[in-house]
Amino acid sequence: MTQTAERPETEQESSSKSRLVVVGNGMSGARALEEILARGGADTFAIEVFGDEPYGNYNRILLSEVLANAAGRAVDDEDADGEDELYLNPLDWYDENGITLHAGVRIVRIDRHAKVVYGDDGSVTPYDTLVLATGSRSFFPPMEGMWATKTELTPGVFGFRSLDDATSMLAHIREHRTAVVIGGGLLGLEAAAGLQAHGVAVHVVHPTEVLMNQQLEAEASKVLRSKLEDMGMHLHLGVKTNEILTEDGRVSGVRFTDGSDLACDMVVVTAGIRPNIGLAMVSGLETQRAIVVDDKLRSVDDDSIFVVGECAQHRGEVYGVVGPLWEQAAVLADVVTGANPDAEYHGSRLATKLKVAGVDVAQMGVKVPERSSDEFVQFSETGRGVYQTVVIRDGTLIGATLVGDVSKVAALTQAFDSRSALPEERIKLLFDLGSAGDAASAADLPADTQICHCNGVSKGDLVACVHDGAESVSACMAATRAGKGCGSCKGLVKEVVEAALGGAGVEDPADSYYVPGIPLDKPTLMAEIRSRGLKSVSSVFAELAPDGKDHVGSKMGLTALLRMMWPDDHVDERDGRFINDRVHANIQRDGTFSVVPRMSGGVTSPDQLRRIADVADKHEIPMVKLTGGQRIDLLGVPKEKLQEVWADLDMPSGWAYGKSFRTVKTCVGTDFCRFGLGDSTRLGIDLEERYKGVEGPAKMKLAVSGCPRNCAESMVKDVGLVAIEGDRWQIYVGGAAGATIRKGDILATVDSHDEALRITGRFLQYYRENANWLERTYDFVPRMGLDHLIGVVVDDVEGIADELDARMQETVDRYADPWATDQTDATPGQFHDALPLVPLPQVPIRTSSSRDGVSS
Amino acid sequence: MSSTEEAVEARLGPVDRIPLGEGRAFLVGDEPVAVFRPRSGGLHALRAICPHRGGPLADGLVGRDTADGEVVMCPLHNHQFSLVDGSCATGADDVAAYTATEEDGELVVRLG
Ligand SMILES: Cc1cc2nc3c(=O)[nH]c(=O)nc-3n(C[C@H](O)[C@H](O)[C@H](O)COP(=O)(O)OP(=O)(O)OC[C@H]3O[C@@H](n4cnc5c(N)ncnc54)[C@H](O)[C@@H]3O)c2cc1C
Ligand code: HEM
Ligand code: SF4
Ligand code: FES
Repeated sequence: MTQTAERPETEQESSSKSRLVVVGNGMSGARALEEILARGGADTFAIEVFGDEPYGNYNRILLSEVLANAAGRAVDDEDADGEDELYLNPLDWYDENGITLHAGVRIVRIDRHAKVVYGDDGSVTPYDTLVLATGSRSFFPPMEGMWATKTELTPGVFGFRSLDDATSMLAHIREHRTAVVIGGGLLGLEAAAGLQAHGVAVHVVHPTEVLMNQQLEAEASKVLRSKLEDMGMHLHLGVKTNEILTEDGRVSGVRFTDGSDLACDMVVVTAGIRPNIGLAMVSGLETQRAIVVDDKLRSVDDDSIFVVGECAQHRGEVYGVVGPLWEQAAVLADVVTGANPDAEYHGSRLATKLKVAGVDVAQMGVKVPERSSDEFVQFSETGRGVYQTVVIRDGTLIGATLVGDVSKVAALTQAFDSRSALPEERIKLLFDLGSAGDAASAADLPADTQICHCNGVSKGDLVACVHDGAESVSACMAATRAGKGCGSCKGLVKEVVEAALGGAGVEDPADSYYVPGIPLDKPTLMAEIRSRGLKSVSSVFAELAPDGKDHVGSKMGLTALLRMMWPDDHVDERDGRFINDRVHANIQRDGTFSVVPRMSGGVTSPDQLRRIADVADKHEIPMVKLTGGQRIDLLGVPKEKLQEVWADLDMPSGWAYGKSFRTVKTCVGTDFCRFGLGDSTRLGIDLEERYKGVEGPAKMKLAVSGCPRNCAESMVKDVGLVAIEGDRWQIYVGGAAGATIRKGDILATVDSHDEALRITGRFLQYYRENANWLERTYDFVPRMGLDHLIGVVVDDVEGIADELDARMQETVDRYADPWATDQTDATPGQFHDALPLVPLPQVPIRTSSSRDGVSS
Repeated sequence: MSSTEEAVEARLGPVDRIPLGEGRAFLVGDEPVAVFRPRSGGLHALRAICPHRGGPLADGLVGRDTADGEVVMCPLHNHQFSLVDGSCATGADDVAAYTATEEDGELVVRLG
């Protein structure tokens, strides 16, 4: 080969910089680059990156969440903040750092003599130093029916490795209802839980009786198993799949080795992963299970080729979680940049903390005792789904498994990493350690304890960040990326940073601000507003914000606060409202709005239904849908038609758009139900008529059930009422069943309908006055403590019950239906369309008979 | 509306068609443009369609970001775009920025 002719003159070549080429733009490739840049690599190297996937670098770990959450992402859902964190390095990042990214280009061969790599786009790129970070791919066991062609899976069969895998599954489940997941390991269970979140019936097929047998021993696995079964997952254990059945070229079922069949319209294969080593093999590098490297993470055959991530085999180990990859990336960068040419990687100890299908699992070291002298401490509480074990050898912790309750994981990890002395009474490892105040234990952790296992951030890194001037938990998280992987370490990160900021117990002030733009907590802010008589958002900014800056993300929160504090005479600045509150409707992904009229308690009438039907016809409403809160939603209404639709409906607003009292869901109760103990429908209607539209820090969803069968799901509502024997009502608060699931706590059991109305209102008023912006009751109730709430709201220990009731009454008295009040424009162009050129609606229209197009 | 060789220009009527602190959308030639009138003064124009997922920027909240820049926050997923040059510091692509001025009490927008 004429090597020189093959080497195109590139920009970089003309400079004096050495050429660094990275193949694979996944988690470890990009991490290696970051580490290299952090060591001044941008000055030494001209850097080019090739990635098979057409994206920047994203957080593969979050794909489980992407799969599970995409359905739950209602646009108005303040809990939906995960997506922004999916991309670790967006395309801009490469630009900003002078790195040339070839996204979507696969490297097919390395010519190690000429030192060039060949891309599948025909490109030829020279290197001085090459980094291979090609990761792994899904393993598809040989099986009849798996493949449609040599390279294409049968339609309906999926792997679970890439963003494309996740998005094509999401597309597929819009029209398919039953999935078989082959392989009950971590990935399989994540996929299963994700699919189940979309209402797909999920069957997990696993060849042994032990789910997640890589991480768990049999007993721990059993606990997990019963939790998954409680969630409604179908488990087929000790069973192997023989064949994927197809009909018209698409998946129609699977056949097990015993000859039985299971019908399904989707198969997800999570039967393991295989390192991508083909490129290394054809290029003559030593590969066994993966590409063999030395302690400097160099290929054993070639000093200019480094290997990092899941495609590297170091001392016989191939890792499949990110913790070790971060350690590798740091060593690689030390060596490649010369920052520390003697750096060596000696392997990683694995401690995993995961949330598997909603169940917390932590595992470190060995699973079971290996020698007769090993001590084994076991605790199981099957009712609660908790199972914990520790294995101790010669007085040090060599393994621990926690399922269901991982509150002791920080202390155990510390003992495991540092091999520190253990309490004589071993059971204290599971119960006492750390409970003396986790803040104290966070302060005691050695500096090299790894806090964030996803991003490899140690306690020392966080402390250094504080010493460098970071003043808040979020600043430290942004700077180190701690807590930005799976997020399970956020609590510990907070403790460590708080300890470093001011010793145990000192609060990070920024976290207590009501809104980020004004450095005051809610009580102080309210006191200032009251004493200065501030009645408009702009005056609050002018007087209380640093330099009077009107922080954009704080406007909504202040608007809501002022509307609560001055029900009669706040100054209505419409620009302080979110668009939903400007036009009293909920904005949708295409810029149209949804209209939900009030139907208190979910009770309607033929007359209302007829009117709604007429409106839907007249205005060609693209979708009419029943909501989870028992209302009728008219979706796809353009902004300029809102007023007309309201007028034609001639019904009041259902407030389905605000951070406000939303709906009271009811069951039929004593009126018709043969089990009914209380008139749940009447109470639901009365609650809604009284508290309709009351604004607060976040939305408030209520329910009333007529008996403990609880058909209205009262236990998972902000306030939920349940009728019990003896004409009494239980009042649950702080429940949720959205992105967060929490069973409400019993605030009170009351004797009458009127008392139920009053206590509910008093609780809501206390919540309005004391909760932070966007803090739902499921966070507020545990933060304040149930005992405290019972004290204040029910027993009136602070003597403020009358004031709370009076202020709530004031809000109730001044209620005005926004649809009626804004029939004439409150501001110029209030209802002008904001996307003039775009034909509406952009979302494909779904009629009741066709289901194509609409996502979520 | 008049157009010249490179620049399309539109006179869009009285400035107070846009309430203080808000934005409104207009068509300038074929281009949908969102014009904003922040409380701190001045007028700004951006392409009206969010580069992230097509959200209506004119419906966004206007104010300062943490770095004190004047921004609009898209109502769909809260990406923020500088009113001055359309740049995005929250991870979405930048949006095109145009010129908006007040001439004799009238709002004038120029593309290009
Ligand atoms: C759904 C899911 C959940 C997970 N959850 C966790 C978790 O909770 N905790 C944890 O620690 N780990 C988790 N993991 C594992 C973790 O994501 C991986 O360990 C990590 O991504 C490996 O990084 P890598 O860079 O080695 O490989 P990858 O991230 O796979 O990156 C390799 C990249 O190289 C590209 N590539 C391959 N060959 C070529 C070529 N020839 N030319 C150009 N480009 C090429 C690939 O397309 C890919 O983009 C999870 C993985 C998945 C799929
Ligand atoms: C503040 C940050 C973000 C938020 C709050 C957010 C929120 C959302 C929400 C709610 C959806 C679903 C809405 C719908 O169905 O149309 C969505 C979809 C999507 N977002 Fe984001 N997002 C953010 C950032 C990003 C970024 C930075 C990217 C990519 C660069 C991205 C890419 C996507 C994609 C590809 C989809 C479509 C997924 C699908 O349904 O197929 N998002 N986002
Ligand atoms: S409206 Fe329904 S489908 Fe849409 S996100 Fe909410 S729960 Fe999911
Ligand atoms: S469409 Fe604007 S932020 Fe998503």
